[in-house]
Amino acid sequence: MSNTHLELSQVGISFPTPKGPFCALNNVDLRIREGEFVSLIGHSGCGKSTVLNIVAGLYQATTGGVVLNGREVNEPGPERAVVFQNHSLLPWLTAYQNVELAVKRVFGRKKTRTEMREWIEHNLELVQMSHAMHKKPDEISGGMKQRVGIARALAMEPQVLLMDEPFGALDALTRAHLQDSLMDIQAELGNTVIMITHDVDEAVLLSDRIVMMTNGPEATIGEILDIDLPRPRDRLALADDTHYNQYRSSVLRFLYEKQKKVEPLTARRSAPPKAKSTNHNAA
Amino acid sequence: MNPSILIKQKWQRASFGPEQWQALAKAVLTPMIGLVLFIGVWHIGAKQVDTSLGQFPGPAEVHEQWQNLRTEHISENEREAAFYERQEQRNAKKLEQNPSAEVRWRDFNRRPTFFDQIVTSLITVMTGFFLATMIAIPLGIFIGLSNTVYRALNPIIQIFKPVSPLAWLPLVTMVVSAVYVSEDPVLAKSFITSVVTVTLCCLWPTMINTAVGVASINQDLQNVSRVLRLGWLTHIKTIVLPSSIPMMFTGLRLSLGIAWMVLIAAEMLAQNPGLGKFVWDEFQNGSSNSLGRICVAVLMIGFIGFLLDRALLFIQSWVNWDKTAVVR
Ligand SMILES: Nc1ncnc2c1ncn2[C@@H]1O[C@H](COP(=O)(O)OP(=O)(O)OP(=O)(O)O)[C@@H](O)[C@H]1O
Ligand SMILES: [Mg+2]
Repeated sequence: MSNTHLELSQVGISFPTPKGPFCALNNVDLRIREGEFVSLIGHSGCGKSTVLNIVAGLYQATTGGVVLNGREVNEPGPERAVVFQNHSLLPWLTAYQNVELAVKRVFGRKKTRTEMREWIEHNLELVQMSHAMHKKPDEISGGMKQRVGIARALAMEPQVLLMDEPFGALDALTRAHLQDSLMDIQAELGNTVIMITHDVDEAVLLSDRIVMMTNGPEATIGEILDIDLPRPRDRLALADDTHYNQYRSSVLRFLYEKQKKVEPLTARRSAPPKAKSTNHNAA
Repeated sequence: MNPSILIKQKWQRASFGPEQWQALAKAVLTPMIGLVLFIGVWHIGAKQVDTSLGQFPGPAEVHEQWQNLRTEHISENEREAAFYERQEQRNAKKLEQNPSAEVRWRDFNRRPTFFDQIVTSLITVMTGFFLATMIAIPLGIFIGLSNTVYRALNPIIQIFKPVSPLAWLPLVTMVVSAVYVSEDPVLAKSFITSVVTVTLCCLWPTMINTAVGVASINQDLQNVSRVLRLGWLTHIKTIVLPSSIPMMFTGLRLSLGIAWMVLIAAEMLAQNPGLGKFVWDEFQNGSSNSLGRICVAVLMIGFIGFLLDRALLFIQSWVNWDKTAVVR
């Protein structure tokens, strides 16, 4: 890979806990090209969100570091927009105002008032939220909140878009629609995307590469799968595609044979239920 | 549609079924029963207590004193009006005889009535409470935002928080006397003393609750702020203040309650005009009516305290972004 855009080198992190340091990640090495779409997949609690938070600059790696465009990342910034695992909208602002906060911050000097308004509305339209843009987060469904969160991140026109299970809380139809628009948007804007997902189909459909993580503690990258499918991709056509199904089954094999969760379900303390996770990124 | 039909429909829809009656009974009847029982117990209990100033006043006597206090207020108002009218006539006459005559305008020397004292007390308590809020909220925000500030100020807060107003008062009095020296003071010393005492006592709940509210802001929202690199002021305005409003108001309500309680004590001791002084003067007066008048004051103090709390509650539900939140 010649033109490395974002580089994670030897990234490791340990969290201080009452029982001594807990080493969540060790030796994560990854080079990402500009405009590449990378998915992170792995079992719950393995450290996917932690990787994303380190790239976002919200966590500081204990060892190693992240370099974006030749500069080390050590604090968060709007050029690395985050779609949080649990939407994280400000509950006292409407959907519109939530996006506005980000847009004002990023384009405050570059755009006029009307341009900003159009831009905000355009982004809410992308995620099909125009009809409810003046509602507060409490008044809309979980999936709608997640969509506003995506609109907020997209509206920042980030170089790198970091998404933590962005479609996890959505119904299948909305999810498919948003996946398609994400592909379109990404093809158009060409920004780099790192997306965490639990959904194998989603990973294969959207990604250029799938990064599969081993189970924690001391999680690291297990395998990297290049998805060499032509774009634009069409989900219906791909359903019968042999390559597609091969990719799919190799991810499944990784997850359910090589990285099988050994402990019984009841003994999993570190892994919260997926949907309404009491997020680890917190605290 | 025919308006009469509309009205009829509305009427029918609003008709009272058994459920509505039950709801009404719950909302109105139960508190009424409590009130009637209380008055009954008071009435009977008062008869059993003989004080040096006569029998302890029952509901009837207190009601009578309430009427007296009202008539006193009205007659004082009339006296004042009459005084100014006389003065005006006198001066007008003087000027008529000699346009260059020197006329004197004097202020009426009003004897403060019960209701004047209430107003004075309210002004004092509001001043103290306002001062305390102005200090406590910014400080609370700083404490909540920074662990260092918290660690620095926590011991001081913990030590001063439980101090009774009675302990502060002598110190405040001495300091005010020493510092606030002016030939023609705009504000009475006793007023300043009461205000400062109130402020010192009601500072803490607002400060502590604001700090707790600020410190417990959702980490995800803070992450949003960090990713956007919001400026300090925007961060405070869009993230910190809205999320700590509920806790802030819990503190404000506690503070106002304390302020009102402290004020009465401070007025008694500092001899600052107000309800506290009214009670104290009546107590010193020791006439057969005094106990009844003090009872009126006690009830009034309670009632005003209740109204103050309601007022804050109203402001809270108005300011709070979460309109669905139940505030009580
Ligand atoms: N701030 C923290 N302090 C201590 N331990 C943490 C912290 N954040 C994460 N961890 C631990 O690090 C590990 C990885 O957590 P992480 O949230 O990255 O998992 P994840 O792969 O995103 O899981 P999920 O798919 O359920 O979201 C977990 O065992 C978690 O308990
Ligand atoms: Mg996660």
